[in-house]
Amino acid sequence: MSLYDGKKVILLGDRDGVPAPAMEECLKSTDAEVIFAATECFV
Amino acid sequence: MFPVLKAASYVLMHTPDMVLNNGTTQTTERIVNPESEYLKKVNENLRPFEEIVSYPPNQCYIGNITPEELATYEMPWYDKAIEGATAHGKKGEIFEEDVFLAFIKASDSFDLVLLEKDFTESVRPKLEAYPGLNAKASTLPAGIELEKITTEIQNRGAEPLLYKGEVVGCVKRAHDIDVNLNAHVIFENLVVKASGMIAMERLFVLNNIDPASIDYVIECSEEACGDMNQRGGGNFAKALAEMTNCVNATGSDTRGFCAAPTHALIEAAALVKSGVYKNVVVAAGGATAKLGMNGKDHVKKGMPILEDCVAGFALLVSENDGEHPILRTDLVGGHTVGTGSSPQNVMSSLITKALDKGGLKITDIDKYSVEMQNPDITKPAGAGDVPQANYKMIAALGVMRKDLERTQLNSFVEKHGMVGWAPTQGHIPSGVPYCGFAIDDIMSGKIHRAMIVGKGSLFLGRMTNLFDGVSIVVENNPGIQVEEGSVSKEEIRKMVAEAMSNFAASLNQ
Repeated sequence: MSLYDGKKVILLGDRDGVPAPAMEECLKSTDAEVIFAATECFV
Repeated sequence: MFPVLKAASYVLMHTPDMVLNNGTTQTTERIVNPESEYLKKVNENLRPFEEIVSYPPNQCYIGNITPEELATYEMPWYDKAIEGATAHGKKGEIFEEDVFLAFIKASDSFDLVLLEKDFTESVRPKLEAYPGLNAKASTLPAGIELEKITTEIQNRGAEPLLYKGEVVGCVKRAHDIDVNLNAHVIFENLVVKASGMIAMERLFVLNNIDPASIDYVIECSEEACGDMNQRGGGNFAKALAEMTNCVNATGSDTRGFCAAPTHALIEAAALVKSGVYKNVVVAAGGATAKLGMNGKDHVKKGMPILEDCVAGFALLVSENDGEHPILRTDLVGGHTVGTGSSPQNVMSSLITKALDKGGLKITDIDKYSVEMQNPDITKPAGAGDVPQANYKMIAALGVMRKDLERTQLNSFVEKHGMVGWAPTQGHIPSGVPYCGFAIDDIMSGKIHRAMIVGKGSLFLGRMTNLFDGVSIVVENNPGIQVEEGSVSKEEIRKMVAEAMSNFAASLNQ
């Protein structure tokens, strides 16, 4: 049972940090539902 | 033979009036929250020209202090001033806003920019203060009555040009219907043209380069010029070449968000290496949209708004002269479609992919020039220290590859990294700010090898979710060497002499 199982998740990634698709990939092993994922550039 | 990185120039235009009127943080706030406290505070948080000049990161940008010297100043830097600082840099210049408005007018080929007559006469003598400024950059026709300018602004949607809070001119729309030629777009494009032009101008003047020797120009900023039938048709490059008397040059625009300058550098190197052209300029103007981008956080923290300058740069890539640093076109990295988005894959594609081609270790690069954003701007806004974050990732990659020990992480960052000094103008801080210093550092023997790394946020254009980035290694010039498998002039002479001798001998038989 993962912390994210059964949760709806919003992902905000950082271009110079961890981008959203990478986080999405990590969550594939859980039952979390990614309802929004976006990577932004803060510079 | 590899091409060389021959010269670099960097310019800043102090544009406080454009912060409020043209920066998207401020213009957006005007739409969604016109009575906001922030908007009321913008003007009182803007810096005077003298502070722009003495601000340590700006002195670094125009080459008067090195990144190492900048690092000796304790942060924050906005409350520090360099004694005796001048707007004239070893590698560039800082211009006042009225002079920049004159450059915008000088860049206007279609009579779209109107300047008020008294303002025009007040700025004319200032243009004469710049040595070597060519006639095209300094030619100002007589100004017009203010009344005509206000009529254009009020009745025909012209974009106002302000100086010290007063309207001194405007940019007219170039078409009644086409949004790609409206006053706002024409204004932004003329800012790119004027700032890119002056970067090239300084490149030629400060390095004694004949503009007629330039064959090709690649412009790599982040705006697009065109009309409703070809929105990004182009081309800023040819316009810059024309403005700076590059009579033998043509050119084209390269786009890739912040990664574009490094893409352009690689393209320039490839064009010279292949023999297509001998001298290629890579240049970019700046963006008014990004002025005051992090202004809300700066004001909230009682700081001045630090994004108050439009920037530009120009680089010259030439045939190998046996002296200047070579651009290793065989050591190029890049984020490809198949790379993926994990930080590890991204850094590997940019850094180690290039190194592996030459059998190099991460520690074989003496200086990495990554996203050199000034942390004085980004840290208070919550975006962190971008160069530092990049160096930590490179160091971590080095540990994974066993190029360095875990205990060497911090010393690697210190030795192979630099503090950031470039304004947050998107493409401006991306990899290329170090090119000028790299030429000096490599030629003086201070370092042997550097890597220029550019990254771009392609997803902002909503055409792909992908990120982008490319890199190239620059290193000291070992001198012109005869390539393996080729024949030297001396050998050809010997062969001809031998053949003629044999022929003469055969006649005597």
